[in-house]
This record gives sequence, structure tokens and C-alpha cells, in this order.
Amino acid sequence: MPFQHIVFAIEDGVALLSFNRPAQLNSFNTAMHLEVREALKQVRHSSEARVLLLTGEGRAFCAGQDLSDRNVAPGADMPDLGESIDRFYNPLVRTLRDLPMPVVCAVNGVAAGAGANIPLACDLVLAARSASFIQAFCKIGLVPDSGGTWLLPRLVGMARAKALAMLGERLGAEQAEQWGLIHRVVDDAALRDEALALARQLATQPTYGLALIKRGLNASFDNGFDDQLQLERDLQRLAGRSDDYREGVNAFMNKRTPAFKGR
Amino acid sequence: MPRYLDVQPPANGVQLVTLQRPDALNALCTALLAELAATLEAAAQDDQVAAVVITGNLKAFAAGADIAEMAERDLVGMLNDPRIAHWRTIAAFPKALVAAVNGYALGGGCELAMCADIIVAGSDARFGQPEINLGIMPGAGGTQRLLRAVGKPLAMQMVLTGEPISSQHALQAGLVSEVTQPEFTVERALHIARTIAAKAPLAVRLAKQALLQAGDTDLASGLRLERQAFTVLAGTADRDEGIRAFQEKRQPHFQGR
Repeated sequence: MPFQHIVFAIEDGVALLSFNRPAQLNSFNTAMHLEVREALKQVRHSSEARVLLLTGEGRAFCAGQDLSDRNVAPGADMPDLGESIDRFYNPLVRTLRDLPMPVVCAVNGVAAGAGANIPLACDLVLAARSASFIQAFCKIGLVPDSGGTWLLPRLVGMARAKALAMLGERLGAEQAEQWGLIHRVVDDAALRDEALALARQLATQPTYGLALIKRGLNASFDNGFDDQLQLERDLQRLAGRSDDYREGVNAFMNKRTPAFKGR
Repeated sequence: MPRYLDVQPPANGVQLVTLQRPDALNALCTALLAELAATLEAAAQDDQVAAVVITGNLKAFAAGADIAEMAERDLVGMLNDPRIAHWRTIAAFPKALVAAVNGYALGGGCELAMCADIIVAGSDARFGQPEINLGIMPGAGGTQRLLRAVGKPLAMQMVLTGEPISSQHALQAGLVSEVTQPEFTVERALHIARTIAAKAPLAVRLAKQALLQAGDTDLASGLRLERQAFTVLAGTADRDEGIRAFQEKRQPHFQGR
């Protein structure tokens, strides 16, 4: 069945997933959540996808939760927001972090609420110069979710994390780059081409090795030095068994360009 | 020839048994259970086997019993269920049994893992007893071994809600002894099994018995059983060899006598 709320295709090793509710600034309702989940499942089980590129259609990247999808009328039962997080947002960011391939995120415009934190669960974030990150949660009495409270202090330090989360002010893309929240700022007009070029480049790389790098770096926040050294040993063992490692060494020895298969 | 199992010939005293029903997430149909019981019975008699490692694949250790099969059994069918005898055989395996668990270990799969003496889990393993969701309950040790392993609050939560726990949670709770990268689960389990296989077989057997009894008896009886087993080992050639090798600072050569 065709998707309604996202654009999704796998081509030349690149899986492109673009939020597509431009009139609602690509905010999440249940239907979009389900389509994103289905697309990510296809990426995980695809034999050809070697990189995921995540972006948004129109002028926004993603404005977080669509509040019109929430029932908080006076007299209505108190909603259980934890349930929606359990069902949708947590599985989504877990999937992005666990996906065994690089995940590139092209933030094409405003990224607010959960939409500001979803990029942080990706591996390489590019942002248009006009894009901005807004931890809008505090403005409506909520807490940063989708990993925000965990990722922000680790990316920008506690002082800046608290300022972002408690003031809910707009953080411009250039500032986000200076703070180390994202990888790189790109001119608006060039964002999609640059992101695609990066994704295509990554799709030619040793995907399995990159997935192991991702596993190691993601685990580093939870491990002590010694545990991490042991993890490195185990990941290197796995990497050393890959076809791409053999190809890489062989190509280096014979002074030729390696042809990686991603295995 | 087993149909649902891959049984490797023993190497270094260890036999690797792999559940192979991939299209059904290794659901434990009666035929699979019968093959497993027969395999362990043969391994118990085989002098080449000191320990067995049992595993599934990366996606599932075993995702439960075969529901379609269960649906066909009425009350009388349940009373005459051949599975009970198979479970008893598996639980009574006298040598070391190590489970290498990746992916789902649910229902009968979780119960099977708990029949092992040691569980090594991959970081993405999930343990659960979801029977309650089908209007039934665990029927092969899930209400007994789980309680002994993780204590009452968590066992109650798992059995009454049917919700699984992560391997990290299982490690904290004492259900598993080690969590590894999923790709290394079988290697770690084999390594542990080989380590055990190098010990004196009679000592391993009696130590396993004593530990299993510890969960079932009062402390005084348990201590008495332990002492009896300890005393029995005094009559073995392997004990003399073990002590002598230690004194002479060399590797012992055990013969199982």
C-alpha cells in the first residue's frame, strides 16, 4: 500500500524517508507514526539499503506531536502521554539508534518538540542555515522526550541542555553546529543535494563496519573505560570477520580502490 | 535424524544443539521437544559429552510452544500430554547444560532456557511468559523456576502481565549470568561449557545436583545433601588427581572415576 504521510523509497543503497504532512509542519499523528514504523521495518529487512536519509517535505523538518491529535478537552480524562511515548516515540528513536547502518538526517527547517530530538538519535545531522531546533516541551508544561533529556547534556553539556530545555528558545542551525549538537550547516538551497551526496557516498562504504562503529560509540555513554575496551575488542573481532575488511586490506596492498559490499 | 534440531558431534567434551524451526521462531512443537529430550538422553549416556550448549538463532531462541498444536488438546488431551515426560527428561539432564539465548525466549522458550544450568544472553534477548495473554498460564516451570531465579515481585509481574524483560533486566534480576554481543552468545556459551567439560565429571555432576536441590529443600537438609555429595567425592580417583596436580603445580588429568 502506498504511503500517505511520508515519502519513502530505496534507491542505489540509499533509503530515503521524508516526513510528508507539510501543511501540519510534518507533525506526528498516529497515522504518520505507523507509516514511519513500517518504512523503518522495510529498511531494516532490506538487503540493499546501506544508509538511511531522514528529512522533511516543505518548510519544516518536523514540529513534533500534532496537538490536534490529542484529546485534552476540559472534563476529558487525563491523557496518558507515557503510553504514546511507549508505543511510538521510544520505539522510533530506539530503531534509529539501533539501525545497523549510518542514519543521515537533513533538517530542512524548524525542528520542534520530538522533532528536535529525533535528529539527535541519528548519526550524522546536516541542517539548512535557516533551520532551527526548539525544545518546545516546557512551553506547554511537558518534558523533553524522544531521548532529549539523555542526549542533550551529552551533546552540548548540562548548562546548555538545561537552558534549551527550560527556556524552550529557538536554537539556530549555525549555533547548533558551534555547540556540537549537529554535524554541519549547509545553505538552504544545497541541503538536499549535499545530504543525498553524503548518503550516496556512505552507501559505498563498509556498511557492516560502520554499523559496528555506531554500536561502539552509542554504547560508550553507558560503559566504563574497561567495559568499553572489551566491547571494542568484540566489535573488532566481528569487523575482522567481514568481507569488506579483507577487501579493504587487499585493495590497500594492491594500491587500488576497494569495492565494498557492505558485509 | 532429528528434523527440528541440528546436533553437532561433540568437540572438547561439548555438544552444540541448535533449534531449527526458523519459520516458526523455533516454537517448541511436541516433535521438537521429543527430539531434544532424546538428544539429551543420548548425550547423558555419551562419554564424549561432558556438557551441552543449546541455542536457537539470532532472531529467536524459542518463541513459545506450538499454539496450533495446543489448541487441539482438550482437558483429557492435556492430562495425557506427552510433553510432560519430555520436559522431565530435559530438566533431569545430569551433565552441564548451558543455554545461549538470542532474540525471543518466550513462554516454553523461556522455560526451556531456565532448564539450563547457565544462561548466556545476547544484548537484544527478551525473556517473557506471555501465556496469560492466551487465557492460559506457564505449564513447564514458568511459575516455579522463574520465581526461584528472579524472586517473587518480578516473577509475578512477568507471569501476570505477560510482558517480557530485556536481557539487561534479566542480568540484574539473576535470570542470566552474562550478557554479550549477540554474535558472541554461542561462542561464550561454548567457552563456558568447555571450561566445565575440563573439570572432573563426577564433581560437576554432584555439584549440579547439590545446587539444584538448594532451591527445593530447607537449609539443614540442603547442607546435609551437600556434605554427603562432598564425602562421596572423597572416594574418587579424580579427587586424588585434582589435589595432587594442585600440589605439584600442574594441570590435572581427570578420568571420570
